[in-house]
Amino acid sequence: MADCRETLRELDRYLDDEVATEALAPVVAHLDGCTDCQQAFEFHAELKRVIRSSARGDELPDGLVQRLEACFGADDATTDGGTDGPVAG
Amino acid sequence: MADRAGFARDAMQHAPGLYAAALRMTRNRADAEDLLQETMLRADRSRDTFEQGTNLRAWLFRILTNTFISRYRARQRRPLETELPEVEDLFLYRRIGGLAASAEDQLLDVFPAAEVRRALEELPEAFLMPVLLCDVEGFTYREIADILGVPIGTVMSRLHRGRKALQSALYDYAVEHRLIPDPGS
Repeated sequence: MADCRETLRELDRYLDDEVATEALAPVVAHLDGCTDCQQAFEFHAELKRVIRSSARGDELPDGLVQRLEACFGADDATTDGGTDGPVAG
Repeated sequence: MADRAGFARDAMQHAPGLYAAALRMTRNRADAEDLLQETMLRADRSRDTFEQGTNLRAWLFRILTNTFISRYRARQRRPLETELPEVEDLFLYRRIGGLAASAEDQLLDVFPAAEVRRALEELPEAFLMPVLLCDVEGFTYREIADILGVPIGTVMSRLHRGRKALQSALYDYAVEHRLIPDPGS
């Protein structure tokens, strides 16, 4: 079982579902028996939910959808597929 | 070539999430709309480089991020990394943790959505992006590293510092608005 310090070190990764499989059991075992760490983890999970729900769900403004749809195939009139290199690479 | 109408349809499904992120990045509606339009234009032009079966949403966010950096970053007036407050771990929890323990939705009551958005948007860009991509968009560390073009370790340290800075801003707000007991009293 991990101690409080070792457990809190995994806080970010735990919240983000990124704890390595072999590291998860000691963290879970510690949380089961430690109310202090449990509360700290729950607080941060709640905070993450608050951030998530606050920062999304903005409505697409009128007209933007049409503007965006027009982006696809916009270069057909002049060239066949364009000559630009990848921008995401 | 990939089915173009299908590609457009798939890409457009991610427009709402991309738009919300663009708003956080640019902090104004006109720039967010232009940024998203430019992103979709670039996506369409590069659609042949998208590998079918891979993560289209992550691919689009990568274009969004690159477009923001190349076109809009210079206009931003965000605090510099060096201006970030030095904040200890569990900063907010140590101060208001008791509030959240008493009721499930207390944190939501303390911090209005607009205030959380403002605190997020005030983060230096290097910290905004990991927090946005992780907390809001739910990308994995690996995906965020690919989107931002930085190592996973960098993603994790920036995410950690960004979250702490966000907590510090939320704490200042709560004190200022007397939502929690004044630490000085």
